[in-house]
Amino acid sequence: MAQEVSEKQMKITARGVDVFYGEAQAIKQVDVDIEDHAVTAFIGPSGCGKSTFLRCLNRMNDTIDICRVTGDIRLDGNDIYDPSIDPVQLRAQVGMVFQKPNPFPKSIYDNVAYGPRIHGLTGSKSELDGLVEWALTRAGLWNEVKDRLDKPGTGLSGGQQQRLCIARAIAVQPTVILMDEPCSALDPIATATIEELIDELRTKFSIVIVTHSMQQAARVSQKTAFFHLGDLVEFGDTNDIFTAPQDERTQNYITGRIG
Amino acid sequence: MLGISNLMPIIILGLSFAFFMMARSKATAVSNGIPSSLHSRPNYHGTLSFLWVLLLGIAAYLILLIFGSWFVTGSLLSQIKAADPSLADIQAQLVLSDAKAISEGRTASSVDDLRETIAGNYSGLSNLHNWSMVLIPLTLSVLGGFFQIKRITAEWRARNKSERIIRSFLFVCAAIAVLTTVGIVLSLIFETMNFFSNIGWRVDKYIFGTEWSPLAGVHSGTMDPDRVGAIPLFVGTLLITLIAMIVAVPIGLMAAIYLSDFASARVRAWAKPMLEILAGIPTVVYGFFAAITLAPAIRGWGEAIGLSVASESALAAGIVMGIMIIPFISSLSDDVINAVPQSLRDGSYGLGATKAETIRQVVLPAALPGIVSAVLLGVSRAVGETMIVVMAAGQGANLTVNPLEAVTTVTVQIVMLITGDTEAETAAGPAFTLGFTLFCVTLLLNIVALRIVRKYREAYD
Repeated sequence: MAQEVSEKQMKITARGVDVFYGEAQAIKQVDVDIEDHAVTAFIGPSGCGKSTFLRCLNRMNDTIDICRVTGDIRLDGNDIYDPSIDPVQLRAQVGMVFQKPNPFPKSIYDNVAYGPRIHGLTGSKSELDGLVEWALTRAGLWNEVKDRLDKPGTGLSGGQQQRLCIARAIAVQPTVILMDEPCSALDPIATATIEELIDELRTKFSIVIVTHSMQQAARVSQKTAFFHLGDLVEFGDTNDIFTAPQDERTQNYITGRIG
Repeated sequence: MLGISNLMPIIILGLSFAFFMMARSKATAVSNGIPSSLHSRPNYHGTLSFLWVLLLGIAAYLILLIFGSWFVTGSLLSQIKAADPSLADIQAQLVLSDAKAISEGRTASSVDDLRETIAGNYSGLSNLHNWSMVLIPLTLSVLGGFFQIKRITAEWRARNKSERIIRSFLFVCAAIAVLTTVGIVLSLIFETMNFFSNIGWRVDKYIFGTEWSPLAGVHSGTMDPDRVGAIPLFVGTLLITLIAMIVAVPIGLMAAIYLSDFASARVRAWAKPMLEILAGIPTVVYGFFAAITLAPAIRGWGEAIGLSVASESALAAGIVMGIMIIPFISSLSDDVINAVPQSLRDGSYGLGATKAETIRQVVLPAALPGIVSAVLLGVSRAVGETMIVVMAAGQGANLTVNPLEAVTTVTVQIVMLITGDTEAETAAGPAFTLGFTLFCVTLLLNIVALRIVRKYREAYD
C-alpha cells in the first residue's frame, strides 16, 4: 500500500526495461522512478546506456530501425508503449534537449514558434508572440535576443543556441524535459548559465539530465541514477549517492577509479 | 624506314625499362648489401632513370614528329612556289600531295616535271626526317640514361628527384586539360565574331530576330541579317526545357525525399541503383522512344479529344527529356537531403513533429540551396540535350509556345547546319554562334548552381 502511494507522486515509472540494438542488449532490466518537479541525473561511463535509456522515455528510439524496447514505462500512470499512444503526441509532452545545440536554420522567433505552430497551441499572432516571449524569458535568453528575433538562430553563440533549444522545447508546454548531456559542447561559463536555468525550470517541469560530469550531477540534481554496462547499479538521493554509495562500482566511479 | 620511326615510342619504352633495371642493380651494388645505407631505395633510382629515358626520348620524338613534318611541307611548298610563282596556295598543295604520291609509288592526279622534281626532293627530305626521328630520340635517351646511372651514389636523392618529375608530369596533364578548354572557347569566340561580321555586326538581329533561315542566301555568297533571328530557337529550347523540368523536378524531388527519409534500408538498396540506371540509358534510346512510341501516342490521344497535334511535338520531346533528367535531380537532391544533419531531424521529432512536418519545415528549407542547384544543373543538361530533340522535336524554326506543335531547338539547328549539304565553312558560322550562345547559358547556370552550393556548405557544415 505504501508502495502505491509513493508511485502516485512519480511522473515517470519504468519497470523491467530492456533495450536491444539488433542482437546486442544495451539496457538490462532497469527500474527507475522520475519524481515530479525535480531534477534526476543519469551518470555513468561512456556506452553505459544512460542516453539510450533517456531516449526510451520519449520514444525517440522509435526512429532507429534496429532498436527494440521491452518492459513497462508509464507517464502519469499511462503506458507510453501502449499501441493507443501516438509517439508524436508523447514527444510534445516529453520535450528533449540534445547534446549538441541544434537550432533549425530559421530565425530565432521561428525556432521557438516551431512547436506551438505544429501543435496549434495559440490562436492568434499576438498569443504566439506572447508564448515565444515567455519561453525565451524562461530560458533566460529574452534580454539577449529581443531585438533580433528575426535573425537566424544559427548565428548565436553555442551557449545561447543551447538556451534557444531549451526555449524551443518549453514553448510546446511539456511536463517533462529530457536533456542529453546539454552542456558537453559548451564552455564553463555557458555551462553555469544552463545549470542555473535547469535549477529554475525544476519549479515547473520534471527534468531528466544525462551528464558525464559528476560535479554537474551533484550541483543540479536531487536524484541520481548510476548506470554501468547497461545495468542500473544504484539509484537514490543525489546526496546519498555521492556521500555514501552502497555499491562498490558506484564508489569506484565517483572517486574516479573507473570511467 | 617508316616502320621503325613509327615503332619509336615502343622502342623508347623498352629502353626505359632496361635503364630501370640497370639503375636498380647499380643502386643495389652501391649499397654493399646494406639497404639502409642508401638515401633512396633501389626502386626509386630505377624510377628516376626510367623517367629520364622515357621523357627525353618521347619529348624529342614528338617535337621532331610535329615540327619535322611542318618543316618538310613548308620547305617543299616554298620550292614549288619558287619554281612556279603563278600557282595559288591550294594548287601548290595539290602539287605537293601529287609529289608525295609519286614518291610513295601511288597514283597521282597528274605527272609533270615540277611534280617529279618535288617528288625527288620529298623522298630525300622525308628520309632525313624519318632517320632523325629514330636517331635523335635514341641518342638523347641513351645519353640521359647513362648520365643518370653515373650519378647514382648512396647519398643521391633519387626519391625526391623522381617525385619532382612526376609532379611536373601531372602539372602538364592538368595544363593540357585546361588549355584544351581555353582553345575550344577561343575558337567559339572567333567563329562567332566572324559570323557577326558577315551579317554586318547586326547582333540585335541575331538576338531579337524571329526568322531563322541562315543559309537562305548562301548561293549568292551573302548572309541576310534579317534571316538569322534566333528567337524561335531560344523559345523552342525554353519550351522543351520547361516541359522537361515540369516532369523532372516534382518526380525527382519526391523520389529523393522518399528514398532519403521514408524508404527502409532494403528498399533504398535496390531502388536507388535502379533509378540511377535511368541515367545510364543512352540519350539516343530516349530519342527514338520519344519519336516512335510517345509522339504518335500523344498525337492519338490529342486527336481522340479533337486537338490537332503535330507528329513531332514539343510535348513528346519534353516529357521524355524530363524522364531522362529525373535521376539527375533525384540523385543530387538525395545527396543534399542526406547532408542535412540528423540532429536537426531529431530536434524536430523531439518537439513532437511528424516525419512529414519535419521534412517540409526543417529538412527541405535546410536543403533548399542544394536542391535549387540540382535543378539548375538539370536545366543546363536539358538545354544542351541533343539526341532526343533531333529525333522528336522537329526541324522547322517555328515560333510558338504551343507544346502540341513542332518546335526546334538550338542544338537541333547546330546538328542540321553541320550535317547538312552546305559547305562546312559557310555553315560553321551560324553553328558556332549558336554553340557559343549555348555555352554561355550553360556556363552561367553552372556558375550560379556552384555558387549556391558553396554558400550552402558554408552555412550548415
